[in-house]
Amino acid sequence: MDFINAIILLLNYIFVPALTYGSQLALGAIFVTLIYGILRFANFATGDMMSFGTMVAILFTWYFQSLGLTLGVLPTALIAIPFAIIFMIFYMLLIDKLVFKYYRNQKSPPVQLAMVSIGVMFITQAVVRIIIGPSDRRFFDGEKFIIKAGEFKDITGLNEGLAIKSTQVITIFVTLILVSILFWFLNKTKTGKSMKAYSDNEDLALLSGIDPKKIVITTWIIAGILATIGGTLYGLDKSFKPFTYFNNMLPIFAAAIVGGIGNPFGAFLGGYVIAFSEILLTYAYKKFFMYVLPESMEPDGLVQLLSTDYKFAVSFSILVIVLLYRPSGIFKGKVL
Amino acid sequence: MRKNLNVITAYSIMMGLIILVGIFQSWNIALSIFNLCLISAVMTMGANIQWGYAGLINFGIMGYTALGGLAAVLISVNPVQEAWSVGGLNILFSLLLIVVMVLAIRYALKKYEKSKLRTYIIATIIISGIIIIRFVSEPGIEAIEEVNPAKTGFLGGFGMPIIFSWIVGALFAGGLAFVIGKVALGLRADYLAIATLLISEIVIAIIKHEDWLTRGVKNVIGLKRPAPYEVNLQQTEWFINLVEKFNSGKLNLITDFAERQASLNKFVIEGSSIFVKLCYSGLFLIVVIILLILTQKALYSPWGRMMRAIRDNEEAANAMGKNVVKQHLLIFVLGSAIVGIAGAMLVTQDGLFTPGSYRPMRYTFLIWVMVIVGGSGNNFGAILGGFVVWFLWIEAAPIGLYLVNVTTVGLDDSHFLKVHLIESVPYFRFLMMGIGLLLIMRYRPKGILPEKIEIK
Repeated sequence: MDFINAIILLLNYIFVPALTYGSQLALGAIFVTLIYGILRFANFATGDMMSFGTMVAILFTWYFQSLGLTLGVLPTALIAIPFAIIFMIFYMLLIDKLVFKYYRNQKSPPVQLAMVSIGVMFITQAVVRIIIGPSDRRFFDGEKFIIKAGEFKDITGLNEGLAIKSTQVITIFVTLILVSILFWFLNKTKTGKSMKAYSDNEDLALLSGIDPKKIVITTWIIAGILATIGGTLYGLDKSFKPFTYFNNMLPIFAAAIVGGIGNPFGAFLGGYVIAFSEILLTYAYKKFFMYVLPESMEPDGLVQLLSTDYKFAVSFSILVIVLLYRPSGIFKGKVL
Repeated sequence: MRKNLNVITAYSIMMGLIILVGIFQSWNIALSIFNLCLISAVMTMGANIQWGYAGLINFGIMGYTALGGLAAVLISVNPVQEAWSVGGLNILFSLLLIVVMVLAIRYALKKYEKSKLRTYIIATIIISGIIIIRFVSEPGIEAIEEVNPAKTGFLGGFGMPIIFSWIVGALFAGGLAFVIGKVALGLRADYLAIATLLISEIVIAIIKHEDWLTRGVKNVIGLKRPAPYEVNLQQTEWFINLVEKFNSGKLNLITDFAERQASLNKFVIEGSSIFVKLCYSGLFLIVVIILLILTQKALYSPWGRMMRAIRDNEEAANAMGKNVVKQHLLIFVLGSAIVGIAGAMLVTQDGLFTPGSYRPMRYTFLIWVMVIVGGSGNNFGAILGGFVVWFLWIEAAPIGLYLVNVTTVGLDDSHFLKVHLIESVPYFRFLMMGIGLLLIMRYRPKGILPEKIEIK
């Protein structure tokens, strides 16, 4: 019995939260990696683009809520997402036309494009804060829990409760569907294959008649979808605050690089690697050992490897280690 | 003279703007903008050395700034005797362990060839080292943090004049840069940027949460000052006489004695804070000028020529027998050390150390905007960039407010759009920075004062 309790404990505090957080990171990391692989620059505006998409989704959610339109147990934001995506794609293409296109045509070095993306970051951040303000916004409605800790205890008769929030399930579910569609698109369709070809060798791809304009537009469209959905899921699960989104850019970068930059599948797994290591290393295992070990061997301290304050530091340290020992990432991306 | 004309014009316009602020807003505001402009200029020079001279991207400026600030705390605060007696030994012993750990790793690196075995050995050393250090330091840290937590709760510093921290800050930042450079300099440009950005976040996390060293988010306030205190100034004879002399024209108009005394008092209070700010300006100006002379000398020296050669064509420079790796490391350390000085100067001026206020937007990306806008590779450009961008950063809110009022002039004062826009005026500075950066990068990619190399 104690053993099952211990497992439920880990599920509740480590596995489910890490899987959710990992899914959110994974979507962002695929976004980063696609932009890097095809447009060839590190996009420092990632976090803020996600917050822009989320902001639009929130505005639509409020509008639908004011109309009295809801999905019942599901959050209203799910209806808002498609509208937000359209808006977001428009925004991305506009930025590309006004800003990035010029440097792409000039064949500027990646560093310059990265600098330009910092300009975009400043502007997007300003736009988001001017429109919706810098404060915390919650826009979740519908049923909050699928299983509450208390109910779970009653049903199973265990000491430990397992609470599953509906946002967690929605996040994992949506991520899996989205990522499967994306990989199907990249690997099976003609456009997807030509994107891969363009990413591998630009000149060769151009020679074989691939239209670069179409590739670029498709990339931004996919990026817009990923940014909006990833951002909105994060906002539903936690809450929306522009500054948090800016900060999230860092673990997202870490996930993309750990997974091998330019490799979407690597980025997907990288998100989970980062999320799990952050949570595994900062969790206090005291209760777990109390269940598993006999009473005489129970630990005194919290058995916490690192304090939770160092959550971000964990992912960055992993990144540094990966960069040192496997510069191409765990799942073999481009060599840096 | 003629070829420096644009430099002189640009600087005169900048000074003119600051003087205008002095006339229209107040001299206090103008001087505080000027002081922060000087500090920004120092930071920008540090970043410019790395980017402009050598083409290295360092997005870790925030980390070095914070380390400089930490130096100011550790140098100037008086030691907390009680904390030292309860936990000092543990901390010292932990430091010793860290040194032993580093030596052990170095030994392993030398002794074994690069192999899986070596990697495992080093990993074991690091992991066991961390565990042992935690066991040793934990009781010490807890004891230290329990010593009068409302006021101290940390070890304190060395109780020396805060000016020394400017040098120590440079050493701290340079030391960190040496470690980072050893690890990360082999990376390609944009990865170096990401890696340094993430490492600077780690530095901030450590400073924020190691309360025994820095008091963390509880902040350290009331640091020593290199300048006199306003309260003391207001009571000193010579200062009151000085203020009286300065304002004699206005004071002579007032005939009533009591009234005259009251307005003199007002002038003294105002004058004291301006005087203190002027003291800081003088100190900062000395630093900026010394650094400017040194960096200019370096730029035109054979070493500067070599750096530009490495920047423009690494392989060719390598083929000519220049040690690219070593030179990159050197310039990485030098630039970061300069940023460290600026960090210490900043904390000195504020008189307080607030780890929570170090954010990448303000301390990394804004400095980069300064470098790009000012003109990379040109020291005068870098300083100008620091001035222009900081000036706009501060004055963006009034300008934004003015713009909002002009564009919404037809709307009622309580109209929701107008209220909303006026509330979000502080964020116009981000918009301005972004648009400014994009415009400069598009139409004047070398900055306001582009790099000009004359062969003498």
